[in-house]
Amino acid sequence: MAIFTETKARELLSKVIALSKADECECNLDGSNTGNIRYARNTVSTAGEVSDVTLAVRSCYGKRTGTATINEFDDASLEKVVRRSEELARLSPENPEHMPNLGPAEYSKVNAWFDSTASTTPDQRAAAAEASIVPSRKNKLVASGYLNDAASFSAMMNKAGMFAYHTSTNVNFTATIRTEDGTGSGWVSRDYNDTGRMDTKEASNVAISKAIGSKDAKEMEPGKYTVIMEPAATVQLLANMFGSMNQRAADEGRSFLSKKPEEGTEPAEGAPTNRLGDKMFDERVTIYSDPANPDCPTAPFTGDGHPVGTTKWIDKGVITAMPNTRYWAEKTGTRYYPTAYTGQGIFGGNQQLIMEGGTQSLEDMIRDTRRGVLVTRLWYIRQLDPQTLLYTGLTRDGTFYIENGEIKYPIKNFRFNESPIVMLNNIEALGKPVRINGSMIPPMKIRDFTFSSLSDAV
Amino acid sequence: MDRRKFIELTGIGMGGLMIALPGSYISAAELTANPMEVAFKKKMADTALNAAKSAGATYADVRIGRYLNQFITAQEKRVDNVVNTESAGIGVRVIANGTWGFAATSDMSPDSIAKAAEKAVAVAKANSKFQTDPVQLAPVTGVGEVSWRTPIVKNAMEIPIKDKVDLLMEVNNAAMDNGANYITSVLFLVNEQKYFASTDGSYIDQDVHRLWAPFFATAVGPTGFKQRTGLGNPVGMGFEYLDGDPAEQIQVQGANIGYRYSYDMVKDARDAGMQLQAKLKARSVEPGKYDLVLDPHHLMLTIHESVGHPLELDRVLGYEANYAGTSFATLDKWRSGTFNYGSDIVNLVADKTQKHSLGYVGYDDEGVKTREWDLVKDGILVNYQAIRDQVHIIDQNESHGCCYSQSWADVQFQRMPNVSLRPNEQDLSADDVIKDVENGIYIVGRGSFSIDQQRYNFQFGGQLFYEIKDGKITEQIEDVAYQSNTQEFWNSCTKLAGKSDYRLGGSFFDGKGQPSQVSAVSHGCPTTRFNNINVINTARKVG
Repeated sequence: MAIFTETKARELLSKVIALSKADECECNLDGSNTGNIRYARNTVSTAGEVSDVTLAVRSCYGKRTGTATINEFDDASLEKVVRRSEELARLSPENPEHMPNLGPAEYSKVNAWFDSTASTTPDQRAAAAEASIVPSRKNKLVASGYLNDAASFSAMMNKAGMFAYHTSTNVNFTATIRTEDGTGSGWVSRDYNDTGRMDTKEASNVAISKAIGSKDAKEMEPGKYTVIMEPAATVQLLANMFGSMNQRAADEGRSFLSKKPEEGTEPAEGAPTNRLGDKMFDERVTIYSDPANPDCPTAPFTGDGHPVGTTKWIDKGVITAMPNTRYWAEKTGTRYYPTAYTGQGIFGGNQQLIMEGGTQSLEDMIRDTRRGVLVTRLWYIRQLDPQTLLYTGLTRDGTFYIENGEIKYPIKNFRFNESPIVMLNNIEALGKPVRINGSMIPPMKIRDFTFSSLSDAV
Repeated sequence: MDRRKFIELTGIGMGGLMIALPGSYISAAELTANPMEVAFKKKMADTALNAAKSAGATYADVRIGRYLNQFITAQEKRVDNVVNTESAGIGVRVIANGTWGFAATSDMSPDSIAKAAEKAVAVAKANSKFQTDPVQLAPVTGVGEVSWRTPIVKNAMEIPIKDKVDLLMEVNNAAMDNGANYITSVLFLVNEQKYFASTDGSYIDQDVHRLWAPFFATAVGPTGFKQRTGLGNPVGMGFEYLDGDPAEQIQVQGANIGYRYSYDMVKDARDAGMQLQAKLKARSVEPGKYDLVLDPHHLMLTIHESVGHPLELDRVLGYEANYAGTSFATLDKWRSGTFNYGSDIVNLVADKTQKHSLGYVGYDDEGVKTREWDLVKDGILVNYQAIRDQVHIIDQNESHGCCYSQSWADVQFQRMPNVSLRPNEQDLSADDVIKDVENGIYIVGRGSFSIDQQRYNFQFGGQLFYEIKDGKITEQIEDVAYQSNTQEFWNSCTKLAGKSDYRLGGSFFDGKGQPSQVSAVSHGCPTTRFNNINVINTARKVG
């Protein structure tokens, strides 16, 4: 079992800190039990379970830092990892931006753990896959999909007295269901902390309807359209935009939030270097993060133990906070806006974003649309211009033409070239937010969304 | 600690691709120690193979791996991170009751190894209850005890950290002294020490080395900012790649320098600074149809996306439908023998044997000796990429040798081998290709890349763009991307440079599978011309 209780984690980390001979020492202990099942062509292809715990030790001598990790916890191994990190620290050059370890702090209580998810068995995963494959076969369709569940814990401690602990569970399901002749395809995605809420049969029915409904797609001319974006379609664009909102990049003149002086003039002494406080989007746009949100909870602390509470990034279209680091906040005399720890690993997890919306369901929004395009998801999104956040990508697995409140027929997929900045200024309506990829995103009706070319891909 | 910052800083994040850097961090000196003797590995392998057979496996293979990584990142005048990792363990794959099973463990005691082998067989037997299509393995003759090593000259892991840090500092200073305001430079070093053994009678010990040294430079001007990434390629070489041998530099009408098997990172950083200042002033492209001349450092990615991926056989069959999708290159097109993938000068070849490439290895991860094979010959689609349990589907009985796993802890499966465009038999230079173009754009370096889920519609950007008028490069331009469809694009290929211009580009982090695995792959090509391609302007006025 890879999950350490808070007591056991504290015990182990205290032992590690006690071994430290360096000026500063900080440790992160992260563990998880994960399981998955993958299927394609209406049959299970692979399945697995992985259990892992990693201790990372970061030692500092003055401004020199070294990091070592290990996944064995006997006394000899603990001694080894601490000494390794100290040796690496001595070999590293000084980092002028080094910040001292934080002291003890209070963190809010967050419930992100559900026993239901933590106790998932291979048989349950197989049943979840069966619930998707059986109705697909019945409808003469070909199902492929992936279910992944994880139970994890994070603990951290340093020599200055900081200690933090958090547990969470997660389950994620996607399915791509296609017609036998490859002319129709539908997709669905669901994620929760509590697997009790996961119904792969219900979810697969959505993909099945889209697969059947997307046969015989008609071609429409590329151009600007009113689109209804399902939350799965916009979540990546919003996450990419948030990833570009870093204060330092803006201050250094290399982001869309940099404040440029008037063309031909020099910036005045002490003039703002970023667009904090500027209204950049429609006033219906409010986006914040909140670790305690019951539908998509996160850890209430950063990777170095700073508490994280609710932070409003965009309020009624105005930029009200930009993510930064303790170093940059101090250097610029700005408040520190921390983001929640999402685990070790070079990509970490998804950053949680909660976007406010309205009360309408997706079906309500379709009913209110005279002429538009319904988009299930966007794929292979890549940045074209970092200054305007122009992105390209394609629609996929369920793209439909809406006329007079009804889905009229399926249409061929489009490539788009559009910026989320433009998108969030062209809002016609926002529906009721739902969870997608660990965030809460509303369905959106957007005018003048740029579809630039057609794709033959189904 | 938040290593996600690394991805934001370097811009390497590729949305959805998981880079596993598993295992323990170790000291730099430990990276070059070799704790596992071949005799010891053979003993462990035999323990696993025997346990698997006793439990009822009809076939078994074992991979004992020690996977080492080092990465160092430097931003402007400071070093952000020096990280060394090691991951060691054993993975056992078996066939029982006609079905695959796999298990892995980092505990390499005989008891634990036997248990892992038994677990793999238990998994195979459990899954066999639903099996409708028993595994059919193409035959392989055991090779006995052999070894192979990437032909490196200088083991990058043995170079002192101080020397590497000094290099990155020199690179950063060169860029900032010549026009860049910000720069992040990175050294990625990889060493896979892997031992493969199978019930076919093979005991293969391989020592594989890879290296990538990218940088990401930015210049801020009065109206905005521009970016330029390094033009070095990821390679299957040692630290000698960074020696900067001038004989390996390619000049094109004085407008650009490319690099073959030796990279002068400092010079490239200097050029980047100057080119960034030029990018800030460069004219924005007039959209429309142009003849494109694509430099190898750029074209490699177009090959990767529009040829490499669609010709992975399991993708064609639907096994990747829930991730990156399927393929337009369906079996009927291949069976017809007449599908024009490209014009008749287009020859696309797969291999894991090109010296200095990322895919170069002696044997793949299921013990098959690597080779070269044609994918597209004289423009016609003639083959796919397939491994032992797939080749029978395309009426062949010899695996192509492109099976790979990212670590001992993951099961091996079909991965893209190197996929390259053969150069012209006539040794034309890049200048020779440019001189016939009346109205064109020369594109260098990789930028944005996006392609649909069946590999038809794609759109690509680049790093540097030059207008060509009547055979001459006239000026640097900006905001270029081109959009096309795979079959149309490759059929508009009209000219290739030759062997002396041919260069290997590559990707250090290709993603496939769920859960996703990473693989490194090279693409060789000469400077190549494509006619009448749609070019768009990516600049916008926003906010």
